[in-house]
Amino acid sequence: MRRRPRAKASVLAEGEPMIWLTAGGLTVAILMIAGLLALVTVQGLATLWPVPLTRIRLANGVQHMGEVARSELFRPPAAFWPSLAPEAERRARDEAAGQDGRLRRRLIRIGNFEITGEHFQWVNDFEVVAEEQPEWAIVVERMSWGRFYGIPIAFVEDGRRVAETPQAAWELFRRHHGEVAARRARRRRLETREIGAINAALESARLALRAAEQRNGADAPATQARRRAYEAAEVRGSNEYARVRAEIAALDAANARYRMVFRTAGDRETTLDLAAVVRAYPANQLRWIDRLGIYASRWTEFLTAEPREANSEGGVFPAIFGTVLMTLIMSFAVAPLGVMAALYLREYAKAGAAVSAVRIAVNNLAGVPSIVFGVFGLGFFCYLIGARLDELFFAARLPNPTFGKGGLLWASMTLALLTLPVVIVATEEALSAVPNSMREGSYACGAGKWQTIRRIVLPRAMPGILTGMILAMARGAGEVAPLMLVGAVKLAPELPLDSVFPYLHPERSFMHLGFHIYDLGFQSQNSEAAKPMVFTTTLLLMALIFALNVAAVRLRSRLRRKFVSAAF
Amino acid sequence: MHSTTHLEAGPRGDTVREEATDRLARIAAGESVPTVTHPEIEQEPIVLETRDFCLHYGPKQALFDINVKVARGKVTALIGPSGCGKSTLIRSVNRINDLLSTVHIRGDMLLAGESIYAPGVDVIGLRKRMGMVFQKPNPFPMSIYENVVYPLRIDGERNRRVLDEVCERSLRGAALWEEVKDRLQDNALSLSGGQQQRLCIARAIAAEPEILLMDEPCSALDPIATTKIENLIEQLKGDYSILIVTHNMQQAARTSDYTAFMYLGHLLEFGRTETIFQTPRLIETQDYVTGRFG
Ligand SMILES: Nc1ncnc2c1ncn2[C@@H]1O[C@H](COP(=O)(O)OP(=O)(O)OP(=O)(O)O)[C@@H](O)[C@H]1O
Ligand SMILES: [Mg+2]
Repeated sequence: MRRRPRAKASVLAEGEPMIWLTAGGLTVAILMIAGLLALVTVQGLATLWPVPLTRIRLANGVQHMGEVARSELFRPPAAFWPSLAPEAERRARDEAAGQDGRLRRRLIRIGNFEITGEHFQWVNDFEVVAEEQPEWAIVVERMSWGRFYGIPIAFVEDGRRVAETPQAAWELFRRHHGEVAARRARRRRLETREIGAINAALESARLALRAAEQRNGADAPATQARRRAYEAAEVRGSNEYARVRAEIAALDAANARYRMVFRTAGDRETTLDLAAVVRAYPANQLRWIDRLGIYASRWTEFLTAEPREANSEGGVFPAIFGTVLMTLIMSFAVAPLGVMAALYLREYAKAGAAVSAVRIAVNNLAGVPSIVFGVFGLGFFCYLIGARLDELFFAARLPNPTFGKGGLLWASMTLALLTLPVVIVATEEALSAVPNSMREGSYACGAGKWQTIRRIVLPRAMPGILTGMILAMARGAGEVAPLMLVGAVKLAPELPLDSVFPYLHPERSFMHLGFHIYDLGFQSQNSEAAKPMVFTTTLLLMALIFALNVAAVRLRSRLRRKFVSAAF
Repeated sequence: MHSTTHLEAGPRGDTVREEATDRLARIAAGESVPTVTHPEIEQEPIVLETRDFCLHYGPKQALFDINVKVARGKVTALIGPSGCGKSTLIRSVNRINDLLSTVHIRGDMLLAGESIYAPGVDVIGLRKRMGMVFQKPNPFPMSIYENVVYPLRIDGERNRRVLDEVCERSLRGAALWEEVKDRLQDNALSLSGGQQQRLCIARAIAAEPEILLMDEPCSALDPIATTKIENLIEQLKGDYSILIVTHNMQQAARTSDYTAFMYLGHLLEFGRTETIFQTPRLIETQDYVTGRFG
């Protein structure tokens, strides 16, 4: 018998080049992702670490003191050289000769903005004549004006200078700062909570009066009663207000007793109120353990406090809170909507041109730029539905909009719309992956269609649906562009969840980590100081999304163990 | 007509061969051929019968004028080469095939004298009177207990005592009780393949159906599990009427009372199992049961 000759095993048959190609693709993808993650992680973690303070004296006699932010080699332009004095030019040329024509310079965070008018200063190495780390140099983080760097020379108590050496002044600072900070916190609580409550009571009396006027006319007896109630509330409110004001004044007076006098790098004496100081530490005397303590305290502040200084200092708690709340509301909105839509498409609709058209449309929706969703949300939710709601239920507050503007609810709805395609597509996939034999088994038991869907198909498809939800949540939590139009703000005065009835205020604008990052990176006055915070906030946002995902993935794997197993 | 047919060589054998060739030519031409039905079935009480039942998958006809009867309390086996329409027929009985949009049927079936395919029939009510076991075990993704009582659950039964009782009775009926009685709340998917199939049988008999449809229930099982299920069928017989598809001739011969031989969508011969296996009327049946053709 003649056998048909077979082809020899070749490189192409083995597919060796394909292995290399696919592995290469994977490597590139992993490298890019890992690079991004590493950059964000390293930068984000380094931001809050306390670094030493350096004092630099320049050839022209100017002194700077501050934290070195970064250092770089730069190639000076031709016009640079003639601008230098002959001595400086000689030193610069010497330095450049050893460095391939480039010069080293450092960016120093010099702080003391009210004195210097700058937050940062570039310093060329060839201009430096002396450099040291003064033992008593102190970093002061303040409520306003950014950081302050100086050496304490005295402590002032009730207008008298009670300590005249750095060490003694620092000792007194440490003794008194705790109580001062506690009083400041109490003052802040009074200002926000108590005055807020007074205003809320007054506002609700005013709204009741307005509503009565609109309903019954200005002279009706019911309106008169409301007016009397409003006037009583006004009196009560101003009494309360005076009481709180008095308490605040007392706190202020107690705090004003303590001040500290510093000498700056420019040899000026400056007096700081202790009440203005958030945190201070002698940067050049820190042991490891002290540094760790400061690092931890800064992270705590970052995670739990409100922002200061146009968001470049302080914490991002309102933004974390807003992001989480918005993502949750979005998930609760998109899950039932997407699952129902997919159920109809996959289980009920007769396959045909119409269904295919809908499916294509849904898939294309995923490609629509997110800003378009923002525009739609603004027009549809805020100006159409929101304005309607205002007319119907909040007429007394007009012309101030309640729901007729961007807010937490509308932002969540807009993102729900944005992530809807993801959920629909994933759910459809999950539904079609349910083996037909299970459906048939259920029908053969005499189950109806809905019984089969509810008892067999949905539970079995749940892991896949959750996968879709995970993707949707990650997408929604990281989205920024549409939020700018429908309710995310740079600084929200109030959290959308508080102790005032009805506790959840879905109409309020809110802060969002993604928007916060944009604001820090591109809208900040002090962009050099804000830049490291961009990384820290990004790190936080990624951690948050990661945490949400881990929770969902664990839920999914629990379900998967339950519903899908590899018997046989 | 009642005499046995001898298929040995000789003049008689030749005519039989010629008739068979003629029949195959007519089947190939897409015509219906009459079924040779042995008369014993006329004495039996009938639970299910089909009347000139035809079925098309789109343009392709899969069943041609099927007339078959299932005797009450007896086991009826459907045999025939692969692709001859056994599954199609058995899935038509509880209208599971209706779920495919391409399926069209002609003719009718009667369950205890009531039409299955008449317009306006309550399909779900109909399926509740039947139990079905599929070729591949298809337990639901839930506990063993919930699997068994599923038919009662969908009827809205909540009474724990009733459910417990049905669960135990069905699992005993399916010879699975001893193996799973301590782990009823475990996931059904953690059972072995053979256990899963017996679980599906328990589920099928939980609602005490009038007829039990089994499509190659042993094809995925090892010989031990197969034996168990065969014994089970033996026990269920009498209480239940069973229609079973099988490729295993010994199994058909051992377990069934009546046998229907199908070929290319046609029912060729139908009669008592001993007759079909020992002295069939048609040479095709003879060839198939002796393994010479198919
Ligand atoms: N969903 C379907 N669509 C179109 N044709 C089908 C479909 N299901 C079955 N058929 C065709 O109908 C004929 C009968 O199939 P059926 O599954 O009933 O055979 P069977 O006798 O059960 O075979 P086996 O013993 O291999 O299970 C076959 O020709 C098959 O190709
Ligand atoms: Mg089959």
